[in-house]
Amino acid sequence: MRYLPLLVAGLLRRKTRTALTLLSIAAAFALFGMLDAVRVAFTAPESLSGIDRLIVSSRLSLTQTLPQAYLARIASVPGVDQVAHADWFGGIYQDPKNFFPNIAVSPAAYLDLHPEYDLPPEQRQAFLTTRTGAIVGQALADRFGWQVGDRIPLQATLYPNKDGRDYWLFDLVGIYQVTEPQLRGVERQLLFRYDYFDEGRTLGQGTIGWFVVRVRDPDQADQVAQAIDRQFENSTYETTARSERDFQRSFARQIGDIGLIVTAIMAAVFFTLILLTGNTMGQSIRERIPELAVLKTIGFRNRLLLVLVVAESTLLLLIGGLLGLAMARVALPAIRAASSGQLDVVMAPQSWLTGLALMVAIGVIVGLPPALRAMRLRIVDALAGR
Amino acid sequence: MVRSERWAPRLRQVGVLSLGLIAALLWIRYPLLLAVVGVPWLFWLLTTPSGRQTLAITWVGLATIPERLGATSVVVVGIAGVVGVLVAMQAMAAGFQATVTRAGNDHTAIVLRAGANAELSSAFERSAATLIAQAPGVRRDHRDLPIATADLVLVATVPRRSTGTDANLEVRGVGPMAWAVRPQVRLVEGRAFEPGRRELIVGRGALQQFSGLEPGEDLPMLNQGWRIVGVFESGDTHESEVWGDAETLAAAHRRNGFQSVVVALTEPAAIETLRAALAADPRLRVDVETTRDYYTKQSERLTAAIRIIGTGVAAIMALGAVFGALNTMYTAVSQRAREIATLRALGFTATPVVASVLLETMTLALAGGLLGAGVAWTLFHGFTVSTLGANFSQVVFQFQVTGELIARGLQWALIIGLFGGLLPALRAAALPVTVALRES
Repeated sequence: MRYLPLLVAGLLRRKTRTALTLLSIAAAFALFGMLDAVRVAFTAPESLSGIDRLIVSSRLSLTQTLPQAYLARIASVPGVDQVAHADWFGGIYQDPKNFFPNIAVSPAAYLDLHPEYDLPPEQRQAFLTTRTGAIVGQALADRFGWQVGDRIPLQATLYPNKDGRDYWLFDLVGIYQVTEPQLRGVERQLLFRYDYFDEGRTLGQGTIGWFVVRVRDPDQADQVAQAIDRQFENSTYETTARSERDFQRSFARQIGDIGLIVTAIMAAVFFTLILLTGNTMGQSIRERIPELAVLKTIGFRNRLLLVLVVAESTLLLLIGGLLGLAMARVALPAIRAASSGQLDVVMAPQSWLTGLALMVAIGVIVGLPPALRAMRLRIVDALAGR
Repeated sequence: MVRSERWAPRLRQVGVLSLGLIAALLWIRYPLLLAVVGVPWLFWLLTTPSGRQTLAITWVGLATIPERLGATSVVVVGIAGVVGVLVAMQAMAAGFQATVTRAGNDHTAIVLRAGANAELSSAFERSAATLIAQAPGVRRDHRDLPIATADLVLVATVPRRSTGTDANLEVRGVGPMAWAVRPQVRLVEGRAFEPGRRELIVGRGALQQFSGLEPGEDLPMLNQGWRIVGVFESGDTHESEVWGDAETLAAAHRRNGFQSVVVALTEPAAIETLRAALAADPRLRVDVETTRDYYTKQSERLTAAIRIIGTGVAAIMALGAVFGALNTMYTAVSQRAREIATLRALGFTATPVVASVLLETMTLALAGGLLGAGVAWTLFHGFTVSTLGANFSQVVFQFQVTGELIARGLQWALIIGLFGGLLPALRAAALPVTVALRES
């Protein structure tokens, strides 16, 4: 800490150069912050809620439905606590661009299984008693300006309505919130009742898309999943039971290896950044050789000089990097607003930590070569300008 | 008075920067502007005395690059990174778009249930499929049979070859006329499936992406093995599918209907006849589109998303690269302050000095752009990947690094070079000769 003014003076020696370098570092870390948020969003939320849940779907593919009658058989498997079911409705609100998941669920059980959905008790009651009722997450309600009491029409894509209209009407009876920031994704869906759905559709009655199962003991989840699959082995509708997180991950992987793309881009960015700051630090130290010699003359030890130079480059990286991450933090909500909620990612704490580690690592990498040079200076040569 | 003198250079900098910005924006909008500006500039360089002075100074600048390799590589590598990412992301979008849209044309029409936005969300009764195939506007073959296929679209979960993780494979059941409706599909290995037997043929792309689809192997679906008997190519999104006989697949999956009917039209204009006829039939509620329109729509969303994200990422990287270039060029100018001052003392005017710094930066930028585009081309051209398409199954496609994309990348490189060189060039011209000469 004693040497902080010295470090700052070193950085302020050439203000333009330092400012330009800081801005390049900030640009690189702003990019890192945003891309890492995307990567995290695609690698399934790391959250404890849902750890006791299994998803049971058709073994053939998620598009293949299962008989609703499986519910009782799954519920009777030892270790199963409660079972709900869900169907992908695929309805469109006004325009295909407004995509959001809309799912027909068995209302009471589905809400019981998802305690992270924070729904006021009277709204929950309304959902359980209104046949045409639907509930949406806060984020989705904000996006379209919906309020409880609104009637929401969804254009049918998969399931035409029996009454001959090409849209279905839902009464919005509740808006739920999710407290954990990494689960924000589930605030962007609309849930409605299976009984209304099953009576109104022209095909597929008595089938469901997938079951959500809560196990009594999360440690036994694998065994329970295997027991469920064994129940339906060699039947017409075979099942695949897996943990909710596995299910989400496999889904994200289908879209593509987002992690790989992000890593490739960031590798290019950081390679350039190391080159750039390394060059700046090298130049800065070269210009200061006589000053360093003076420092040595008045008694600064070699080791200390090494630490000072490395500290200077790390400080440069930390200032620029934090500036960049802060810019990413500010930019992400702006991007969400600009894309009308389509691109909604937030920076996770782990992104900040990874960012910090990268700043320190790059700072040391680029500071070390000039630092070694400063350490090995011979005072006489340096003072003489040789 | 003193105040205004201090602010004059700042004002000039702001003015020049705004001019540069306007020029860059104009150029992005009208790429041909390069020729309008570039040709006279080249003429000026080669014929006028100050032009030749510029060339001479630039040559000296470029010749000293080996002495400051580290600093110069910042400009080159920085810009190469921007161009590489830009070109690669655009190549991904271009490849996906080309693969999907190539499946469509104006001579065939696809009929889906009203409201369905993809084949997978559509469904017909068997009777409806027959009505559609018999409608007016549908071309008929020499036996007077309609050239139409009622397709069944299923999704199977199959492990991916690269990662071993499960992914969705599109299984398409086709009618006997499918080959006439889609003449681009041709067998390259083995034989066609036989109706009534559990046999499939696999597209070249699906064969590459999924494991267990080699000819002779069995694809398990609903406790039954389906033998792969052939491989087909089509050069479009159908290559990501496996094909079988629609009736056989429907029977095995207990389906009594189809997802889509694709018909050949007597002529492109016949789509209106067909649409009117189907709309007039009270037994049907369907949407009719040319396959070109259908597949264009299917590719739009993802293509636009990749383009926007790719451009955004490249733009942020470009900002970083501009700062890096500025840094390098400022340093270069201050290192060569004495040399520039000497030239000025000898009678060189400011213009060749400014022009030469700009020219040097642009040359470095161009080198960076070529490097980036070259790396993108070497690494990614023809690189095969797959993603989730409209039918909730994998679409296999290849990156396409086209000449147009490379040209756009180089355009970006030059714009970055322009901004990176502009202010240092002004600094070089504004250096007071006497001070600079005295500097060590």
